[in-house]
Amino acid sequence: MTITIEYYLILSAFMFLVGVAGVLTRRNAIVVFMCIELMLNSANLTLIAFASFMGSSVGQLFVFFVMTVAAAEAAVGLAIIIAIFRNKLTVNIDEINILKW
Amino acid sequence: MNLEVILFFIFGFVAAVAAVMMITRNNPVIAALYLILNMASLAGLYLTLNAQFIAVAQVIVYAGAIMVLFLFVIMLLRPENEKKFLESNPKVKIFAFVVAGFVFIQLIYIIFFSSPSKILQKNLDASVQAGTIESIGNELFKNYVLPFEAAGFLLLAATIGAILLAKKKIE
Repeated sequence: MTITIEYYLILSAFMFLVGVAGVLTRRNAIVVFMCIELMLNSANLTLIAFASFMGSSVGQLFVFFVMTVAAAEAAVGLAIIIAIFRNKLTVNIDEINILKW
Repeated sequence: MNLEVILFFIFGFVAAVAAVMMITRNNPVIAALYLILNMASLAGLYLTLNAQFIAVAQVIVYAGAIMVLFLFVIMLLRPENEKKFLESNPKVKIFAFVVAGFVFIQLIYIIFFSSPSKILQKNLDASVQAGTIESIGNELFKNYVLPFEAAGFLLLAATIGAILLAKKKIE
């Protein structure tokens, strides 16, 4: 028995859909944000698996850029959550509905 | 059973279970700790895929820096625990899980239908060579200099944006 690329792809698909289910069901803005990180990580796993099986380092380079963007996104997103908490005193996304009319 | 198979199943199982535990805990601190476990086992999977540099970067950047930021904000804001998982809006949540499961079945079908392992066989020498810092640095600073500079600029913009957004008053 050898590990083919399908095993990695299935694990990655599973983690991505767990992240999707988390975004759809959780109501805490910070946890929703962590589920987005989970989805980014599963995409990274796909990229690394293909890069390794093709013997190319470009896929790993792309993961490096994804990490950069994820760091920037986490910093700005958490700052936005802090700003919202300062105004509304909650991070429950059911109660933050100022964009609705 | 060689070592690669055993390591894949151990790390894959830990990653999958940690992901499920993360979205079902109602305390956000515990959810963040499960996400750290998930990221650490992903770093192990990257090592079995011969991507040493990315595995180290995963532990330092994701499990280290980003998750510390998350834990810091969670403990700063002290959000109240959510209700138990299926107590509020159970119909919407079950619907979300049904949709996710349906898409998962579709993805499995696509993966097995296209079966990429027919054309992608692992070439161990090439894959070990691709994962070294040397070849990644060669690629990064020869062919991908412009995206590298753009990523640096993005980080600068994100730093300034985070400081501005988290400030008390914007004059």
